Amino acid sequence: MLQVVCIKQVADTETRVKVASDGRTLDPTAVTWILNPYDEFAIEQALRIREAAGGGEVVVLSLGGAGVQTTLRNALAMGADRAIHLKTDGAPPEPLQVARAIAAELKGLDARLLWFGKQAVDDDAAQVPPMVAELLGHPCVTVVAAITLSADATQAVAEREVEGGREVVEVTLPAVLSAEKGLNEPRFASLKGIMAAKKKPIDEKAVTLAPPALEVVSLALPAARSPGRIVGQGAAAVPELVRVLREEAKVI
Amino acid sequence: MAILVFIEQKGGLVRTVAREALGEAVRLAATLGGPVVGVCAAAADPGLAALGEAGASELLLATHASFGHYEPAGYARAVVAAVEKVKPAVVLFSASAMGRDLAPRVAARLGVGLAADCTALAVEGGRLIASRPVYAGKAVQRVAFTGAPALVSLRPKVFAPAPAQNGGAPAVTPLAIEHDPAAARARVLEVRTGSAGKVDLTEAEIIVSGGRGLKGPENFAMIEALAAALGATVGASRAVVDAGWRPHGDQVGQTGKTVSPKLYVAVAISGAIQHLAGMSSSRCIVAINKDPDAPIFKVADFGVVGDAFEVVPALTEAVKALNARG
Repeated sequence: MLQVVCIKQVADTETRVKVASDGRTLDPTAVTWILNPYDEFAIEQALRIREAAGGGEVVVLSLGGAGVQTTLRNALAMGADRAIHLKTDGAPPEPLQVARAIAAELKGLDARLLWFGKQAVDDDAAQVPPMVAELLGHPCVTVVAAITLSADATQAVAEREVEGGREVVEVTLPAVLSAEKGLNEPRFASLKGIMAAKKKPIDEKAVTLAPPALEVVSLALPAARSPGRIVGQGAAAVPELVRVLREEAKVI
Repeated sequence: MAILVFIEQKGGLVRTVAREALGEAVRLAATLGGPVVGVCAAAADPGLAALGEAGASELLLATHASFGHYEPAGYARAVVAAVEKVKPAVVLFSASAMGRDLAPRVAARLGVGLAADCTALAVEGGRLIASRPVYAGKAVQRVAFTGAPALVSLRPKVFAPAPAQNGGAPAVTPLAIEHDPAAARARVLEVRTGSAGKVDLTEAEIIVSGGRGLKGPENFAMIEALAAALGATVGASRAVVDAGWRPHGDQVGQTGKTVSPKLYVAVAISGAIQHLAGMSSSRCIVAINKDPDAPIFKVADFGVVGDAFEVVPALTEAVKALNARG
């Protein structure tokens, strides 16, 4: 069974955001690039399914500039078999552009499970997985926190996180799934895995993106919160804290 | 030009997030003009006529026996059918769990852009501009649309629900759609609810979060007690979730939930950048921490420097006393 995991290279969550001189994008200076944290859960689950089946192939796919190959190597080091790099000029695309390019590539592959992280921690859009599913005509379950595959691998039962509970969804393969934190505990790449990853193939394909459906007008830092104050020390501060919450902030 | 609003229902009741979207639609209509039309997918009419009061002038209702639960393919078809009928300039969704799943499907079907999880909308030079937090709130992106309709999902709890007006009872028009659930190849078997009565973090008015300074999972009993007194939902820092003290659904911050309650109480949380990103848009922040240099105090409106094990029980008692006084 072929599984494809679509992954994204993002700025480390430790990043202090600085706006680039264009006023619309992140200043990449001094940014550490990492594999999107939610994508790790997707990769891990695909690897577990491959291991449980005792065979099959896990392909990782990423869209972006030349730099994303380091992230593809990280995924190969975790245990993916090979990689596809949809190479762009590196300018940040909007979600529909990405979905269209990925769907066009996936059309040519007979993947049974198409994995994503539930969202990328940079633009937080959470749009590409359902869009790709629609463009391919596949069913889709987003924000998957648990999954069981049927013995014949034709169906899966996935649990998706919703407000105050979980929806239990039965889905027929081929299907698109997006992974939530907690789906599993992703493995660390072993030294052996890192060495092996160097020899695994990355199929580089130049893509031309469709015109964007959204344009970024500006990127700005949020207004700083006005400085607060220390109302006191220890339990003795409680009466004053209750007073300010009630009388000044009017929140209790 | 009309503004179309997806009316989210759950268990046959219109959800508050739908009233928030209607409220924003009414405000937008004041600038953009045009009627505000709602579209709802449900097993039966969840009382849509009552939304006239909230500013809707017409409501389109797609019914199907399978629509008791969220049914992505059928719901998407209903919204697309409404778009074709109404030809709106803007379509509003809530960025709820349902809206975040549904809106991208509709965008892909229509081949138009979607601005997800927005916190403000403006009309500038006749163009709709949507503001949306990115990097979990470390920055705000403003986006414009290159095509129509413009699809937008709105972050829950940010937009005020439509005030009651003297609108009449709007027409509830059946929306005919072809829908075969078997062809959708995905169906909800059941919805498992978590702890009874627990309000989700993204919808909570008050949140009390605990961090690693609590020393162990058993000490969250103290956090639960304060939360109960305040009518709050319990949250947690990434450190305690990764340590297995709390379920990941409780995590606030980047790789967790971004929240905007009216009151956020951070107990024994130092304030890592990822945590601050996820809660800095709260209206009022209280920090309780024994380290006066903890970064959490930089975003807190009110801070108490002290041992959580002394401050929290005292605060719980004080809140209970306040509740007893009414």
